[in-house]
Amino acid sequence: MKYLDEYRDGNLAQKLAAEIHGVTTKPWTIMEVCGGQTHAIVKFGIDQLLPKQITLIHGPGCPVCVTPLEVIDQALEIAARPEVIFTSFGDMLRVPGSTADLLSVKANGGDVRIVYSPLDAVKLAVANPTREVVFFGVGFETTAPATAMAVFQATQKGLDNFSMLISHVLVPPAIEALMSSPNCRVQAFLAAGHVCAVMGYEEYFPLVKKYRVPIVVTGFEPLDILHGILMTVQQLESGRAEVENQYARAVTRAGNRPAQDLIGKVFQVVPRKWRGIGEIPQSGLGLRAAYAAFDASRKFKLTVHCIDESAECIAGLVLQGMKKPNDCPAFGARCTPEHPFGATMVSSEGACAAYYRYRRRDVKERTVA
Amino acid sequence: MKAPNFNAACPLPLSQYPHVMMAHGGGGKLMHRLLADVFGKAFSNPILDTRHDSAQFNVPAGRLAMTTDSYVVRPIFFPGGDIGSMAIYGTVNDLAMSGALPLYLSCGFIIEEGLPMESLWRVVCSMRDAAKNCGVQIVTGDTKVVDKGKGDGLFINTTGIGVIEHGQKITPQSVQPGDAVIVSGDLGRHGMAIMAVREGLQFESTIESDSSPVHEAVLKLINAGVEIHCLRDLTRGGLASALNEIAESAGVKIAIEQKLIPVREDVHAACEILGLDPLHVANEGRFVAFVAVRDAARVLQIFRGCEVSFNAEIIGAVVEKSTPLVTIKSGLGVSRILDMPTGEQLPRIC
Repeated sequence: MKYLDEYRDGNLAQKLAAEIHGVTTKPWTIMEVCGGQTHAIVKFGIDQLLPKQITLIHGPGCPVCVTPLEVIDQALEIAARPEVIFTSFGDMLRVPGSTADLLSVKANGGDVRIVYSPLDAVKLAVANPTREVVFFGVGFETTAPATAMAVFQATQKGLDNFSMLISHVLVPPAIEALMSSPNCRVQAFLAAGHVCAVMGYEEYFPLVKKYRVPIVVTGFEPLDILHGILMTVQQLESGRAEVENQYARAVTRAGNRPAQDLIGKVFQVVPRKWRGIGEIPQSGLGLRAAYAAFDASRKFKLTVHCIDESAECIAGLVLQGMKKPNDCPAFGARCTPEHPFGATMVSSEGACAAYYRYRRRDVKERTVA
Repeated sequence: MKAPNFNAACPLPLSQYPHVMMAHGGGGKLMHRLLADVFGKAFSNPILDTRHDSAQFNVPAGRLAMTTDSYVVRPIFFPGGDIGSMAIYGTVNDLAMSGALPLYLSCGFIIEEGLPMESLWRVVCSMRDAAKNCGVQIVTGDTKVVDKGKGDGLFINTTGIGVIEHGQKITPQSVQPGDAVIVSGDLGRHGMAIMAVREGLQFESTIESDSSPVHEAVLKLINAGVEIHCLRDLTRGGLASALNEIAESAGVKIAIEQKLIPVREDVHAACEILGLDPLHVANEGRFVAFVAVRDAARVLQIFRGCEVSFNAEIIGAVVEKSTPLVTIKSGLGVSRILDMPTGEQLPRIC
């Protein structure tokens, strides 16, 4: 397939891998931020082409995984209401809250529907004026513009039966939180290409300066990832710490300005709790006061209860790159995609699910922490 | 495959009964009229025409194969097929997986009150044409009408009986190390065709379902004296589920290669957009064959001579007796596990 097969070419991949072997002289620990990259690395076996000295650890860039349990519980509560059509991206449906998931709510009569865009939820609200249509707005900067556009359109149409449960999160504050942790072993980052397609990469310059850590904006295909790793290792080996852009075919320095403007118009930066990590300051997007009428938790007068995660689940350590999924005693035994303990096992982008799907029989890899 | 003939007008006066009503299942005159004029007329054959409570027929000596399947699909008409032809082909294909020659089918209809009579007639005509296409007779049936809201338009169950005229043992337990693994054609078309219609997704070209009967391709293998160890149709759960089921039943490791698996470009693109794996997507006219490796080239030649399996490929082999495992070698030359999908396939966020 055009624009895809070129980036999955086996011979070119071997050449890039050989080049990485050629420049690597010391052990390096690199974090790929995005769950989509984790998925590609494990699916294509990219890590197995790398020199033994390079350790890839899997970052917190899976929106399904980092959505807090209490927000999922709010979604379940709203979706169970008879007047509500609850709309969500597909992979949120199987994420367990503290008692159930959205698929179970649907099985019990809740009107839960998969949409491919928040704008489809707006259309549903127009078509069903007697129902309350709620959209579950999760994701990073990648999905935020579409959520913002939905709010914008709903305002223009004067819809009063449309609202959103928002749990949008931002990448740079998460990198900052990881780097400022005393346990941090990450020496370089592959930044998430699609987030940067929206936001550009100027916001990474202060991080590179403050923490002396190379950040390479990287795509999602095998050759992109290998190329991103090569650029990262070249920086590490030569003692440089810069922002570089591997994914130039999609990402510009400034990013998509109209999309950023829309995000800025509808949302404001707020503190946000990340599942498994905890609250990170200035790491989320919340609706501005002018759009508060579209806030579903306000509309349905929901109260937030803090909920403890399964004590056995190490998802938080996995999301921070301090443990590998198969370091967990429950991995693949008591915790599986059918009976997940934590969110990293639920989403297809979650590190635990990727390991389970593609390599649960492998011998234990070395622990990072 | 011949396109269903939808031109023939529905024999029931549509002006009087444009929709199926509860009375059409009530046992009275309306029901008798429906049975006689719609089902009886379309499916007519000497066995069915006796209109007895059960069909009577002679069976050839030897072993019989029997299977049943219920068909629920929304929408009932989709690019490349409809619930009617699918209900015939699906059951014929299940019989074919035993290497059986399909002979007789039963069909049970559960109709939701309010289904347009014209839709029912289209489905019935499509079943008639599909049965003719496969050389099978519909010899008995049943109709029920349920209240509006208690069904999804139309559900169909078909049961099939076929005769096994060969002496081979076609079961997962016959699978042996060294066997070649062959898929009969490109994967993922049915699932993506349905998903595109259901979710209102528009691609540059319409993806059509692969719904079709495969028994002729199988019977050709048997007639050619090929040593077939196992056959499995690739319906829900796709190739990944079928291979894992067989690995489980046979206690073997199966290794396949990504680059050998045929997937059409439009299906591949649609799967990439939605974050789905074509190996997990449903098919309705594809199967996987495990055959003795010395016969593999001949099987491929026979398959490629049949319209339904013209793009068959050898995709891998059974490696060894082992704890059940399916591996797939990626385009980069690295092997990983190929797992069954978990539950329903859900499109990803980004």
